[in-house]
Amino acid sequence: MSQPEQNSALPEAGTRRRGSGYHWSTPSASRIAPYLQVAPISAVFLFFFLIPVILVIVISFFNYQTYDILIPDFTLMNYQDVFSSSVTYKTYWTTVKLSFIVWAVTLVLGFTISYFLVFHVRSRSRQVVLLLLCTIPFWTSDEIRMISWIPLLGRDGVVNNFLLATGIVKQPVEWLLYSQFAVVLGYVHLYTVFMIVPIFNSMMRIDKSLVEAAVDAGAKGWQVVLNVVLPLSKSGLAIGSIFVISIVMGDFVTVNVLGGGQVASIGKEIVTDLSSLQFPPAAAESMVLLAFVIMLIAALVKIVDIRKEL
Amino acid sequence: MEYGRRPPAFYWLAIVFGLFVLFLYGPVLVIAVLSFQGPEGGLTLPMRGFSIHWFHQLFAGESVGDISGALGRSLILGLVVMVITTAVSFLAGLGFRSRFKGASAVFYIAIASLIVPSVVISLGIGSMFELLGLDRSWITSALGAQLTWTLPFGLLIMFAAFNRFNRSYEEAARGLGASGIRVIWEVVLPILAPSLLGVALFGFTLSYDELSRTSQATGALNTLPLELQAMQTNATTPVIYALGTLTTMLSFTVIGLSLTLAIFLNRRRARHGSDAGKAA
Repeated sequence: MSQPEQNSALPEAGTRRRGSGYHWSTPSASRIAPYLQVAPISAVFLFFFLIPVILVIVISFFNYQTYDILIPDFTLMNYQDVFSSSVTYKTYWTTVKLSFIVWAVTLVLGFTISYFLVFHVRSRSRQVVLLLLCTIPFWTSDEIRMISWIPLLGRDGVVNNFLLATGIVKQPVEWLLYSQFAVVLGYVHLYTVFMIVPIFNSMMRIDKSLVEAAVDAGAKGWQVVLNVVLPLSKSGLAIGSIFVISIVMGDFVTVNVLGGGQVASIGKEIVTDLSSLQFPPAAAESMVLLAFVIMLIAALVKIVDIRKEL
Repeated sequence: MEYGRRPPAFYWLAIVFGLFVLFLYGPVLVIAVLSFQGPEGGLTLPMRGFSIHWFHQLFAGESVGDISGALGRSLILGLVVMVITTAVSFLAGLGFRSRFKGASAVFYIAIASLIVPSVVISLGIGSMFELLGLDRSWITSALGAQLTWTLPFGLLIMFAAFNRFNRSYEEAARGLGASGIRVIWEVVLPILAPSLLGVALFGFTLSYDELSRTSQATGALNTLPLELQAMQTNATTPVIYALGTLTTMLSFTVIGLSLTLAIFLNRRRARHGSDAGKAA
């Protein structure tokens, strides 16, 4: 996991090159160089990630009043409020349920698509083009992509009109939009790419002769997938899962746009608190959310060494 | 598996892939079409005429908020984030090639920054400015919030690039007497140009479309995604589709330019890469 593994094939900077002057001319300068080079990124993470997250932890114990939104204190009141409300449990249950459904769907979809690209598309350049086709929407606005479902799923949207015209239904289907269904659809639409790329990446590393050996030994297509490809792409599956789960668990935008007022989520709860300037309760809820996400990721990280995957 | 007739599974998988691509692009195409609704047209099909009425509305009408202001801010912020992300990730990538204390810590913090829910980071940055008595604004607190999202991607891309980077080019240049700075400028940077372009693309597009982390960190003035969110909640006309089409076209232009440039750089490298024997 540490640095030496990553560069194991390369001559080691610290030993061989010390004295010959790597980036700067004196030995001591070349030892400081990496610290200087990493300083800017560390500074950004310190001021805009570490300190803010620590602040959230601290603030979750603060008190608050209408006109004084942050009163330094040490109270467990905010946590008691979170855990004593039945709305909270319902919201958490909904979030966990939706996250699980989205995780399962994106996992299967991401695996299927990566498998197709890696093992069935034969030319390298075509693989790259088709993978790009899947990733381009990732660089466009998530919000627009959510909004674009509204004219399709609405009460007199394209899907309902089609269903009515073909006589499949007599009344417009109401649960297509502003429902848990719409939210799940939105998540799958937006975040399957987070599964495809890491799974594609780990499948590309599978030695094709392993597959051939399995086929020669008499394995059927699905046996190859189940016993060779699946185990060897497990790190990609784990990285994709970490992405999808952590994004979906904390989401409040998709739930707003595609859930209407009908779907609750932990993220939305936090944002609602913030819009009424209730920082300490929002912080307490953030901590519970974070604990949830960390537990899930800790389980997944056991499977995978992220550093080796690059 | 490499040669011969394709197995039946290929066709099934190709159908799944085709449907997925339709699922990815279909809805956006629908709103692109709907944004050309006639002046009487509604939020859904059918089309009532064909016009650019709603694009005019976007910039003419005061009813839709400060679109051009928000667009300007988002573009500037996107460019600033792009430049910072590219420069800082490149430096960090260089640094991570040598051993230094705390390397693992910095790496794991970067990963954590990527997967800690955006709303938590946004709340933290908002509170930090609140406690310090500073005004939140799109170019200070929101800039920082976006960097926590773009820098981890930048760093990961730089790791991947440096892992595949052949250090003997650098050693050859140094052996010929080039200084450290010159090696970076004339050897490392040109070789890594396509990856840096990738980092820049991530930096700009992720910033330009970022909403969750920016939401609590921007001040009185909105970025475009936030303006869009405000607009979406009470949208009654296709003007929102016009905005969607416009900003999607902008994203596609940026992506297209980056990809073209990347292809160009790769071709040029292929041409100049093997000039052995062609002495000047």
